[in-house]
Amino acid sequence: MSSRQIYFDNNATTPLHPEVKKELVAAMEMFGNPSSMHAFGREARANVEDARHRVASFMGANESEIVFTGSGSEANNTVLSLFVCGSGQCFPGMRPKIVTSRIEHPCILETSECLVHRGVDVSYLEVDGYGKVDIDQLEAQLKAGGVGLVSVMMANNEIGTIQDIASISALAHQYGALMHTDAVQAFGKVPVDVNQLGVDFLTISGHKIYGPKGIGALYVRKGTPYCPFIRGGHQEKGRRAGTENTLGIMGLAMAVDMRKAEMESEAERLLGLKEVLRKGIEERIDEALFNGHPTDSVPNTLNVSFPGAEGESILLYLDLAGIAVSTGSACASGSLDPSHVLLATGVDAERAHGSIRISMGRATTLEEVEYMLDVLPGVIERIRNMSTAYIKA
Amino acid sequence: MLQSGEWAYTEKLKEHFESPKNILKGNDTSAFDGVGMEGNLQCGDQMMVAIKVDKENEKIIDCQWKTYGCASAIASTSILSEMVKGMTLDQAFNISPKEVAKELGGLPENKIHCSVLGDKALRAAINDYFIRNGMNDRVQKVQARTVCQCMNVTDHDIEEAVLEGARTFYELQEHTKISTVCGLCKEDAEAELQKYVHLHFGA
Ligand code: FES
Repeated sequence: MSSRQIYFDNNATTPLHPEVKKELVAAMEMFGNPSSMHAFGREARANVEDARHRVASFMGANESEIVFTGSGSEANNTVLSLFVCGSGQCFPGMRPKIVTSRIEHPCILETSECLVHRGVDVSYLEVDGYGKVDIDQLEAQLKAGGVGLVSVMMANNEIGTIQDIASISALAHQYGALMHTDAVQAFGKVPVDVNQLGVDFLTISGHKIYGPKGIGALYVRKGTPYCPFIRGGHQEKGRRAGTENTLGIMGLAMAVDMRKAEMESEAERLLGLKEVLRKGIEERIDEALFNGHPTDSVPNTLNVSFPGAEGESILLYLDLAGIAVSTGSACASGSLDPSHVLLATGVDAERAHGSIRISMGRATTLEEVEYMLDVLPGVIERIRNMSTAYIKA
Repeated sequence: MLQSGEWAYTEKLKEHFESPKNILKGNDTSAFDGVGMEGNLQCGDQMMVAIKVDKENEKIIDCQWKTYGCASAIASTSILSEMVKGMTLDQAFNISPKEVAKELGGLPENKIHCSVLGDKALRAAINDYFIRNGMNDRVQKVQARTVCQCMNVTDHDIEEAVLEGARTFYELQEHTKISTVCGLCKEDAEAELQKYVHLHFGA
């Protein structure tokens, strides 16, 4: 086991920002239920509402438009599930069709699949080789009519590609559809402003921006149809039942404040490191193929394939050297499928199996990137040397 | 997700992954008496096993390999190559994936297919030896034909699924997980499905 511990998996989750940690420790003394009317409750309520204001303002929203949720996945589920109401009582006029993309997070894709069984029509937009959604296809879908919601993620978690959400949103609205974006991987990395983007719903998550796990938020534009996913309480103005995760909410707000202060300088720094990493890999390893968009991409993410070397093996040999990355084939996460995102970009299964995602963060240093560049070529060579990929059957 | 220090795999497997034994150096197998290859790169697993045989007593005296695949695939072939040395061809032919997994101290369930490929490649190598030495009568055809390499689904599995009620491709997938990885087998799988539905139910 290496004594080094280098974390290149920030898209999976991030460590707590030290300021968030401080905030959480201090807040632990406060235990009141924000719904209680006494002093304990009022203190908690004040903190929750202050946090709401801070989270809202960083995305150009009004605080009344923020619903705190248990995760980004919950927020996404909430939006999609609204469309079951199209066939039910709440919004009888709702158009029963959702258009999303092939490269969404499983919490969108699996929910969509489930909704199909409940009478909602779902179609999936193809993406090009860089992972950009096909706008013409979207327009054709919208023209055909009946689309109630377009849901396209802002930045992809695996390849980092950023979509032109403002244009997609404008198009959706032109045809009377609502617009949702899962901004979990974009928020805090690049500017996210709900008005500039023109979205009706937007999802964020705490633990991807150095905040706590188990807290997310959904932006719901004022006046947009909405249906609570979790019922049984008047919390969040009746939009999400369940006692507020006060600590999580305060931690999220602090994480957002820190992003506000650091995002711009960090983005520039990470972009520089990504370039060092990309160039270094290109120079030192034969046949390295980069995935995702070369420029329209979040600054921290680099996805690369090494033909002849299988992803989980790369991950684990790097792990032995103290470096944490994630793979493009989901072998390590318990299923054998190559990444649906890479396949959707037209990468073949073999290349998808042999890819890794390197996602850097605020703690990543140039020295760590250089260590990676020292270790990775040897790992790839080692795996390729024992691989059948170069033997003719 | 695997954490450093705390692997999802056993120590034994980790050992064989860290320092795999008997990897074939280079790409030349001409010095061997039998060579077998199974799996394919699209599925994410491929193994090649090459054996040297003492013709006098039909014992395997050397076994080398190459593997494209995850940690359990690499470790499975590594440990298999150790296990078979000194075995007769018949003994080696009968090694089951279970035995390989046991030798590794167990495999996570979703990794079992990795060890299945290793012993298949070994059997292919043994058959190759028989063919090269004019003993075609001793070639043991593994009767089932693998339709889906990725999920290791054979025509027998498809037939069984049909008998258990699968009629549509979707139902077949639910039964067997066929064609859920690279998808290359889809056409073949559909044809097999039709064949057995027709055979047993005349549809
Ligand atoms: S052969 Fe790859 S999914 Fe069947």
